Amino acid sequence: MSATVHALDAEPDDRWLLRLYVAGQSPKSLHAFANLKKLCDELLPGHYEIEVVDLVELPQRAQADDILAIPTLVRRRPAPLRKAIGDLSDTARVMADLELQPGSST
Amino acid sequence: MTEIDGDSAVLLLSKDALTALPKAQTGISGLDEVTGGGFPRGRPTLVCGPAGCGKTLLALEFLVRGIVEFDEPGVFVAFEESAEDLAANVASLGFDLAGLQADGQLVIDHVDLGGMPAEATGEWDLDGLFLRIGAAIDRVGAQRVVIDTIEVLFAAFASSAVLRSELARLFAWLKERGVTAVVTGERGDGSLTRNGIEEYVSDCVIVLDHRVVDQTSTRRLRVLKYRGSLHGTNEYPFLIGESGVSVLPITAQGLQNGVSTERVSTGVDRLDAMLGDGGFYRGSTVLISGTAGTGKSTLAAQFCDETCRRGERAIYFAFEESEAEIVRNMASVGIHLRPWVDAGLLQFHCFRPSLLGLEGHLFAMQKSVNEFRPAVVVKDPISDLLRAGNRADVTAMLTRQVDFLKALGITTLFTTLIAEESLTESDEHLASLVDTWLLVKVVDGNGEHNRVLYVRKSRGMAHSNQIREFLLTTQGIELADLYVGPQGVLTGSARQAQEAKERADGAARSDDLEQRRSDLASRRALVEAQTAGLWLEFEAEAKTFEQMVSHGSSGSEDRADQRAEQGRLRGADTDENAPPAPEPADPDDAG
Repeated sequence: MSATVHALDAEPDDRWLLRLYVAGQSPKSLHAFANLKKLCDELLPGHYEIEVVDLVELPQRAQADDILAIPTLVRRRPAPLRKAIGDLSDTARVMADLELQPGSST
Repeated sequence: MTEIDGDSAVLLLSKDALTALPKAQTGISGLDEVTGGGFPRGRPTLVCGPAGCGKTLLALEFLVRGIVEFDEPGVFVAFEESAEDLAANVASLGFDLAGLQADGQLVIDHVDLGGMPAEATGEWDLDGLFLRIGAAIDRVGAQRVVIDTIEVLFAAFASSAVLRSELARLFAWLKERGVTAVVTGERGDGSLTRNGIEEYVSDCVIVLDHRVVDQTSTRRLRVLKYRGSLHGTNEYPFLIGESGVSVLPITAQGLQNGVSTERVSTGVDRLDAMLGDGGFYRGSTVLISGTAGTGKSTLAAQFCDETCRRGERAIYFAFEESEAEIVRNMASVGIHLRPWVDAGLLQFHCFRPSLLGLEGHLFAMQKSVNEFRPAVVVKDPISDLLRAGNRADVTAMLTRQVDFLKALGITTLFTTLIAEESLTESDEHLASLVDTWLLVKVVDGNGEHNRVLYVRKSRGMAHSNQIREFLLTTQGIELADLYVGPQGVLTGSARQAQEAKERADGAARSDDLEQRRSDLASRRALVEAQTAGLWLEFEAEAKTFEQMVSHGSSGSEDRADQRAEQGRLRGADTDENAPPAPEPADPDDAG
């Protein structure tokens, strides 16, 4: 499950680049993706891109990207790099970790 | 095999069963002896201790030696130091981490915990770490894994409850993977590790410590727990030396050294004689203790000289004098060491013990011995070591040294300086350590200061109980009999005077005897002469008597003849009535 979800109607430079590290189709992984998708659709409609990296398929990426905990969400853009850990069910914490506020996309 | 806890293992498992517990040799000097062959193979071992105790190095050495010596590739998961820092830290030990990584035998994975959020946003696990270690294991076919220091995670993740269960899962997973793992942990207050991870590692726990006593730092290692295996339970000092970690097990060599009945000469004939039959036993440990200036070093030097004379090598560790000083001073008493140094038979190592600390000293000594392979080691004086550590530590260190040297069959001579007033007890703590104990001390008297030597103990030898005077001459050491007389024990000039007096007395006595002998002889001559004279007289008389007896019948005839003759001479006629001539004197009246 390595996939990129594109938002369609934003200029590439404006988009948030988010990368979600998961391990197979575990419940935590699926929850994390669903929670993230929902949050982004609410707060960053059309201005985000989610890349999912499955470490079961690409285990070497764990070392390369310094991942320990699963799931880990990395905000790659806008800079600086931010991380969130867990299945992203605590929306307030996710927003705090990612510095994501309503209207961040504008 | 079934796991049996702690001491009961000793009772329940046969020796075969014990050795059957598979172990992975660490290759670390001394540690395999202490653990009875290494860490439990395929299981995690916890190495814990305070910061700076050497746990990272020990773990890394376990990995590097695994690769180099046992062909077991390894993975090092570093939470604290980067791969570059690690490589730089151990390059001086000769570990080429970059080379091992390039050869595909080692993976160093530095886990950077920077930028971690304070709290999780929901459920999480450490699958990322598992997958990461798993990938590294697969990449090099690792059989050994080190995780250093996993407790750093507790600082990074707020939810320690999740972390705990994840760590428990991690250890179970490592076991499942069949790798021999070493996990390091930071010592906590009142617990082995700050976060109690020892709960999850139940097979083998090694505790390291780093203490400073009397300004001297000593690292110590203890096997706290080793499930299903015998192990040493003492605290063993260990060193981080030029070639890595070196554990110094006090009993690792056991007391099973081969013993020799061969004697090696002390270089002093009369001392050899005092020891029964030609000197010290080869491979034995000799202590010469004495007060200042009693010639301990000279005895040691003479022993070295004798050793080199046999063509054997000797190392002289000197803690008070330099090589040049020793060579010069010994030359003044006729012991010439320079030629032996030049011939490569004698080595001096001169340094202050406090320079290295006790363990460093022991380490340096072992290194020199391993390189030079001497037959004799002298340490002069070990009392100086007390400046580098307390007595218990010094004794423990010497015990290990003795074990080490005995195992190599090296004859060891220690000297120790003792205070005048505590002559007897100050070295008692060393007594059990040594096989032969010589004591040299000074006897004062007559305004002099003389040395005496005796054998205080000597295992397995019919040694002399005599005290000898110990003389330093220009020809080396000589031992002289003590004069023990009505005035007590005499030494030095008093002994010489007494000897001279005895010689003079002896001479006078013999003159007197000679005189008496000649007197007797002349009296005998006189008596014999008188006796002979009496005999002669007696014999002459007896002869006369014999003659008289034999001529008794013819006497009257003679008288008649005489009368006739007288008559004839007077011109008388032959007259039968003429008066007879007077009788001659009776022989009996003559005397």
